[in-house]
Amino acid sequence: MEEKYTIEMLNITKRFPGIVANDNITLKLRKGEIHALLGENGAGKSTLMSVLFGLYHAEEGVIKKDGQEVNIKDPNDANALGIGMVHQHFRLVQCFTVLDNIILGVESTKHGIIQKDEARKKVIELSDKYGLKVDPDALVEDITVGMQQRTEILKMLYRENEILIFDEPTAVLTPEEIDDLMLIMKNLAKEGKSILFISHKLNEIMAVADRCSVLRRGKYIGTVDVCDTNEQELSRMMVGRDVQLVAQKDDKTPGDVILDVKNLTVASNVHHNQDAVKDVSFNVRQGEIVCIAGIDGNGQTELVYGLSGLEPLRGGTISINGKDISKASIRERSMAGMSHIPEDRQKHGLVLDYSLAYNLVLQRYFEKDFNNHGVLKQNNIRKYADKLIEQYDIRSGQGGASSTRSMSGGNQQKAIIAREVDKNPDLLLAVQPTRGLDVGAIEYIHNQLIAQRDAGKAVLLVSLELEEVLSIPDRILVMYEGRIVGEFDPKKTNREELGLYMAGARREEK
Amino acid sequence: MNETKKKKSIWTNSAFQSIIASLLCIVVGVLIGYIVLLFINPNGASEAIVAILKNFLNYPSQQAALMYLGNTLVRTAPLLMCALSIQFCYKAGLFNIGAAGQYVAGAGACLYTALGLHANWFFCLLAAVLAGGIFGLITGLLKAYKSVNEVISGIMLNWIALYLVNMVLNNVKEVASPYTKSIAEVNHGALLPSLGLGKLFTDNQYVTIAIPLAIIIAILIAWVLKKTVFGYEVLATGYNKNAAKYAGMKENRNIVVTIVIGGMLAGAGAAFLYLTGYEQWSCTQTTVPGMGFNGIAATFLGGLDPIGTIFASYFIQHITSGGAYVDLNIYPSQVSDIISSVIIYLCGFVFFIKYIMNSIHAKKAEKAILATKKVEAAKASDVNVASDDNKKGGDQ
Repeated sequence: MEEKYTIEMLNITKRFPGIVANDNITLKLRKGEIHALLGENGAGKSTLMSVLFGLYHAEEGVIKKDGQEVNIKDPNDANALGIGMVHQHFRLVQCFTVLDNIILGVESTKHGIIQKDEARKKVIELSDKYGLKVDPDALVEDITVGMQQRTEILKMLYRENEILIFDEPTAVLTPEEIDDLMLIMKNLAKEGKSILFISHKLNEIMAVADRCSVLRRGKYIGTVDVCDTNEQELSRMMVGRDVQLVAQKDDKTPGDVILDVKNLTVASNVHHNQDAVKDVSFNVRQGEIVCIAGIDGNGQTELVYGLSGLEPLRGGTISINGKDISKASIRERSMAGMSHIPEDRQKHGLVLDYSLAYNLVLQRYFEKDFNNHGVLKQNNIRKYADKLIEQYDIRSGQGGASSTRSMSGGNQQKAIIAREVDKNPDLLLAVQPTRGLDVGAIEYIHNQLIAQRDAGKAVLLVSLELEEVLSIPDRILVMYEGRIVGEFDPKKTNREELGLYMAGARREEK
Repeated sequence: MNETKKKKSIWTNSAFQSIIASLLCIVVGVLIGYIVLLFINPNGASEAIVAILKNFLNYPSQQAALMYLGNTLVRTAPLLMCALSIQFCYKAGLFNIGAAGQYVAGAGACLYTALGLHANWFFCLLAAVLAGGIFGLITGLLKAYKSVNEVISGIMLNWIALYLVNMVLNNVKEVASPYTKSIAEVNHGALLPSLGLGKLFTDNQYVTIAIPLAIIIAILIAWVLKKTVFGYEVLATGYNKNAAKYAGMKENRNIVVTIVIGGMLAGAGAAFLYLTGYEQWSCTQTTVPGMGFNGIAATFLGGLDPIGTIFASYFIQHITSGGAYVDLNIYPSQVSDIISSVIIYLCGFVFFIKYIMNSIHAKKAEKAILATKKVEAAKASDVNVASDDNKKGGDQ
């Protein structure tokens, strides 16, 4: 007896110079199911989906649609077969409206003039049917990331795609938007759409998927029914060993105050005449991790810019070890004992065109150890880089000489952490340090943060991930619309309570 | 081990690619130039293109050829300086199109100090460097503290420099012509010393220390960029100015310093030409001299490498000078400029060609891996005894 599949990818092999990205992988998608594709970064998930979507061509293997062998040469072929894809980085025209983006490429025209009325009707119908709230006339550049994603989904539905590929769709969303998306995906499946859901987040897969296929280093590990498995087993399949999903740490009594922030006010990055951080006061002590929790865009970014010196303060004071640094330059703050793992590692954290070694001395190149009257000591830089690469297990093709651009996201982040931690700071600012990383790397980074705390450093963690917020810190501060609206002990609070404060539904009166 | 060595073939080496790409640009440029000549008049096209490429070799006597090689070199030095000016700023992420104006400012300053103030060559050179630096400073300050795009302010300042210099040099021009007085006649001490270099080029009086000095400066720039803390900061700012700021570099100060240095290089370039007495300034000219703009082509043809730029500058000057040898009985006098412009224009395509070379290489590598895989598969099926273990070994 043969089961019917809507899509079968049989024995797919895809090579790139030097590596086998997909090694004899078989994936079968049933009609109307949500099928998760799980794997670490670089496991070959995106490659496999790109093969299905016609962006790459497999050297071996066949693809079948409803039992018929098909040849997908490019995304147009995929589209004709009803395969649609929401990319991790959206492909939208920023200065077009939502409606224009949806009909782009399949506009109906009359004498060369676009007919939008019918399209609008169809879009509104679709958005009602699946609960995809969008404003068809809003410009894409003005709408939230969540709405942009819904626009991408509508694009697929408008083209009457039956097989929907979601490439790490939750990476850019807030917790609330993630919940919405999960609901939308379930609705779509109920209406008979078949969904391929690429992810490395176990809890999401558990919550939404029917079945899950796991890839590891380009190889197919297996497919399991989600109802018969658990996160522990999935993570073992994905990483190949047991992973601590919840970081272990001992109780510790915090010491002296390291960072003291009083009445801090910082201008908004987007609207410069508004304040994004309003009259915020808190402190971080030796040997404790304090976490700023909140939904993205509630002033966390600006708070960090203010603390690190990337943005001047509108008001208030900051001191480290009792020394006022409110007006100090970035370099002076760094010398005063502040290390900063930035939110955007490629924008701020690294010079991607520099070698790994040069990036590892980015905060120290001006020190005596690394230059002699303005001439760089290449030998010392190389030795220092080798030391950090060894000590922090940074993997790269050619050691310190590798181009940073060619390294994986996890290893880029490890390089930043090595650099910032090895500076031996009193205060470590870690802003979304695990964003976009796989479980193995997340485990590593959490352990590093806890090790810093245990070594008596003050750690300020900014996080959007509720799992992280509840497991890593010793104290949680919730930020909403630029203010701190609540302080919690992670042992005595829960997801629901934090969610209420993060959404602004509740706040502590001071 | 052997395999990894093989993979790093010379074709993926960036420096080698730059050289090949530059040579390709030159070949394509010459070819298109030839086609243009064919369209204008097919009869003399081959002779004309050969004449341009031969430049000083058009002279049968070795002495005359050497003499005119000297002239080409005299004009190469300022071009190289302008190219370095643009390149240094480009490395910091700034497009110093104002090099043309900084060059003009340098010309005005050195000629006025030489002819008006009767100063020694050293002070004339210094004045040129300062004047170029000041024009760079204006652009730099506007860029760093007022976010004025350096291209816009640079182009504006080019014209300001031109008319300012015309006005100032009007005081030291010859009575009967729009040209400035001859330095050799008015103030011989303002001429750059030759240190006997002229003798190497059949007593070419214009060959001076400017030529070796420009080459030394190119090497110095390469060293500063690669080996110093300042170079580290300049490159970091150019690659990613957000990261440079994050790392506590004073990016505004670096922007200003970088453009000032660019201005000084261009200013010195002007002194390297005008203090040889090779050319006199026409106080009625209404176009900014092309030297600064040709520097853009030279720096790209040189693969954005100071050493490569030495050769690229020479080549561009070689073509430009060679244009003078086109037979004017067959072609209109503008044709030499058109041909050299076409070739210079094509020089800007170095990075495009490098890109194509890289993608061809990537495709080849993929095919090679496929081919070996097929051979392996064929072997395996032929022999049909390969154990599973062996197969796995092959895959990894």
